[in-house]
Amino acid sequence: MASEIAYLDNASAARMDPRVLEAMLPHLGGQYGNPASQHSVGQAQKAALEGARGKVAGLIRAERASEVVFTSGATESTNMLLIGAALRNRDRGDRILASKVEHISVLNTLKHLSKQGFEVVYIPVDGHGMVNLEALKESLTDSTIVVTVGYANNEVGTIQPIREIAEIAHSKKAIFHTDATPAAGKIPIDVNRDGIDLMTISSWDMYGPFGIGGAYVRRGTRMQPLIIGGGQEGGMRSGTENVAGAIGFAKAAELAEGEMTKDTAKTSEIRDSIVGRVLKEIPASFLNGHPVKRLPNNANLRFSYIEGESLVLMLDMEGVMVASGSACSSKTLEPSHVLTAMGIPHVEAQGSLLVTLSRFSRQSDGDRLVQALPRIVKGLRQMSPIAPEEVK
Amino acid sequence: MGLYSEKVMEHFRNPRNVGEIKDADGIGKVGNPVCGDLMWIYIKVKDGRLEEVKFKTFGCGAAIATSSMITEMAKGKTLEEGLKISRNDVASALDGLPPIKMHCSNLASDGLKSAILDYMKKNNIKPPDWVKLEEEGDTCEHGTPP
Repeated sequence: MASEIAYLDNASAARMDPRVLEAMLPHLGGQYGNPASQHSVGQAQKAALEGARGKVAGLIRAERASEVVFTSGATESTNMLLIGAALRNRDRGDRILASKVEHISVLNTLKHLSKQGFEVVYIPVDGHGMVNLEALKESLTDSTIVVTVGYANNEVGTIQPIREIAEIAHSKKAIFHTDATPAAGKIPIDVNRDGIDLMTISSWDMYGPFGIGGAYVRRGTRMQPLIIGGGQEGGMRSGTENVAGAIGFAKAAELAEGEMTKDTAKTSEIRDSIVGRVLKEIPASFLNGHPVKRLPNNANLRFSYIEGESLVLMLDMEGVMVASGSACSSKTLEPSHVLTAMGIPHVEAQGSLLVTLSRFSRQSDGDRLVQALPRIVKGLRQMSPIAPEEVK
Repeated sequence: MGLYSEKVMEHFRNPRNVGEIKDADGIGKVGNPVCGDLMWIYIKVKDGRLEEVKFKTFGCGAAIATSSMITEMAKGKTLEEGLKISRNDVASALDGLPPIKMHCSNLASDGLKSAILDYMKKNNIKPPDWVKLEEEGDTCEHGTPP
């Protein structure tokens, strides 16, 4: 089945690398034990867990392995980091700055914090989705305790000037958090070069298992935990550790580090051929996001006069799996907040198509999409009451 | 298993009566492209019956399927019968719609009503007192995440 479909929705879920599964298998069956136990069975698990932590720390160039906390996934990491930093630093201020294009897990965590009395200020972005640094500087006050801007956007792929944003945040002693879920393992991240204090990362986004993620906490950052219990993970995240998950995550991180150049070359080549041909063959089609500073595996396309869910369903019938940022594709029934923050009119945002490639994508997957799209877009435009004659 | 019933998907795959009627007797325009759905229903009336019903729709799978379905349901009906077709009638004929789509994309009955009322207005026919659109299509209903 998997070979018969063109799976181009890797931002929604990516396939686990078979080498990751292989690394995990011993820990899913034969090897067990609690890393907190003093006996040798437990200590073997402890060693495996700490080895895994070191590999994940290596991918992001963390100075110490202990700065990496394993969680259940990116959403938990973001909750822990933002809520933990806000509550622990409330004595210093109550202002939090975030870009308008953050992932829903960041936005809803901030919404929760604003209900607790924190003042959250959202920084606008330009037409490519780049954070407006001047607006960021203007909104930054002495009472700002946290600044959060995603490393790269999960929808439009735009990579932010992270080092500059971190410098701005640090100029007022604010803690800088970045959600690097779609970026980690795809582009080089160095927490020290980039000035990152707190960072959210995910395992499955880099072809590791689901159910595990990571939180980077720079040593010395004032934090408090969200999940309280036996004090595992340096007290930051209690609960008996998911050793098999950590092993899988670590294997994925190791592979991502070793194969990043190869993965980037492959995905960006397929991506560029998709974008180039689509923009050429389909009238009134556009690329959303930054033309160059974007994740290598991301193409966010937009077709005027049609709606994205219909596109997704039509492509599904042809065995091509993609996503859309249209209102009908969302739980809120609003078009993508990322596209609207970029100044794309609501009606236009309805016709967005999110294509995300993976290490396992093939040129033939891209070809299938490009072959099917012109016909499908044309058909939907012929049905659309707002499409002018020249695009039908 | 899918997002929609087999009936919805069948109409989505093979929508009936797509297009506009150049010399339509009545046109109904409902929805709001900001919310993701815009539906134009065209009718031809002969001897007090809906002789031809066509549509043009910008929208999701449910919007297209409900548009297609109502053209089939309405054809041959009297104006009054056409006015009586409800959102629930359309949804039931399609073996149901996902709850989130019941409001936003189930505009076809409003579209048909609006087209029949347009015809009545043009021909100085007083619509029955009980007629009203179930919902104005100018605002989107937003579900807010918790």
